[in-house]
Amino acid sequence: MSTDVSDAVELTGSSVAPYSPENPAPVIEPPRTRTKRTPRSSRTNFEMYGWLFMRLSGVVLVVLVLGHLLIQLVLDGGVQKVGFAFVAGRWASPFWQFWDLAMLWLAMLHGGNGLRTVINDYAEQANTRVWLKTLLFTAVAFTIVLGSLVIFTFDPNIR
Amino acid sequence: MSTPNSPTLDKHSSALDAAEASASHLITVTLRIRRFNPEVSDHAEWVDYQLPIDPKERVLDALHKIKWEIDGTLTFRRSCAHGVCGSDAVRINGRNRLACKTLIKDINPEKPITVEPIKGLTVLKDLVVDMDPFFQAYRDVMPFLITKGNEPTRERLQSAEDRERFDDTTKCILCAACTSSCPVFWNDGQYFGPAAIVNAHRFIFDSRDEGGEQRLEILNDKDGVWRCRTTFNCTDACPRGIEVTKAIQEVKRALITRRF
Repeated sequence: MSTDVSDAVELTGSSVAPYSPENPAPVIEPPRTRTKRTPRSSRTNFEMYGWLFMRLSGVVLVVLVLGHLLIQLVLDGGVQKVGFAFVAGRWASPFWQFWDLAMLWLAMLHGGNGLRTVINDYAEQANTRVWLKTLLFTAVAFTIVLGSLVIFTFDPNIR
Repeated sequence: MSTPNSPTLDKHSSALDAAEASASHLITVTLRIRRFNPEVSDHAEWVDYQLPIDPKERVLDALHKIKWEIDGTLTFRRSCAHGVCGSDAVRINGRNRLACKTLIKDINPEKPITVEPIKGLTVLKDLVVDMDPFFQAYRDVMPFLITKGNEPTRERLQSAEDRERFDDTTKCILCAACTSSCPVFWNDGQYFGPAAIVNAHRFIFDSRDEGGEQRLEILNDKDGVWRCRTTFNCTDACPRGIEVTKAIQEVKRALITRRF
């Protein structure tokens, strides 16, 4: 630490005249130099869009998820009615296909982005951060792909 | 001129008598201070100090009393000692406050009063932390007037309404109580922190300033305003009563309305 200070502070007696009207005081380098992993200015709006997406998808998910729970668990005889035939009947309609697809994508991206934020906030080491995020993105991608595949290729005559 | 029976001396001794008589107001408090001396030990430890003090005095007075009368090695920062310079932000009973604005009677003197350095910054000794990262974040948002064109030959005039727009954030004294109460800052010192955003807000919403776009671009960064989780710790901690979280939200809103 002491060597850093002596490097940063231009003391009198060095070869270059340290003081002048332009340079009236010793130059002290800013101590908060950012690491190489965090570029000074990315100049992208990714974080802003991420923040906006969380708010908007949250509002939509309230409607989608609560509606989903109400229909599946409360209306028309409750949870007992849910079976293969019930799902087959629902997915015959493009409306419910879209509902479930939207719910799947929004919930996975919303939850995934939320966990990404939690990892960014709480993972202390860069390595941990990378591994946790890799695990998270794999899980999100896997679930989205599998779910979409099922919704689009669902065959009611499978048995 | 000065005889043993001079009125000055009489007055003095009566003042002393009065002071001794009022000593009954004093109560005994225990200050539990987080002490750290890197030249002695790698570890910080809690040390208790018992002292008689008037409950209407401040925690800073208690710290002074300890340093001047009990243990001269106690190290802490203070300059003006009246809530203006922002030097003596410490964590008292788990809350960030200015030691010079916290009265003993307001923080339950029956129990030991814990005093520790503010969190998230490197402790150098006892209650003194390294403030460099904090001030670097402050410098990074360019907290000065930026204008284009020729300088006017008179003052830059501003309406009362325009001045009101950023009045709240002009109150900041840079004590770091907000930034060091922020859980995001505790975990990642790369986050600008509430204080830097408050001081950017002060210029972004100043009608005379023309550097708002640059400051917004800086705060749009990965470590900028989007890391705020609106936990309101900063608003609770601010000894000047600045609505810090509101200011951060206003910067977010400015960023969004600028894009759309």
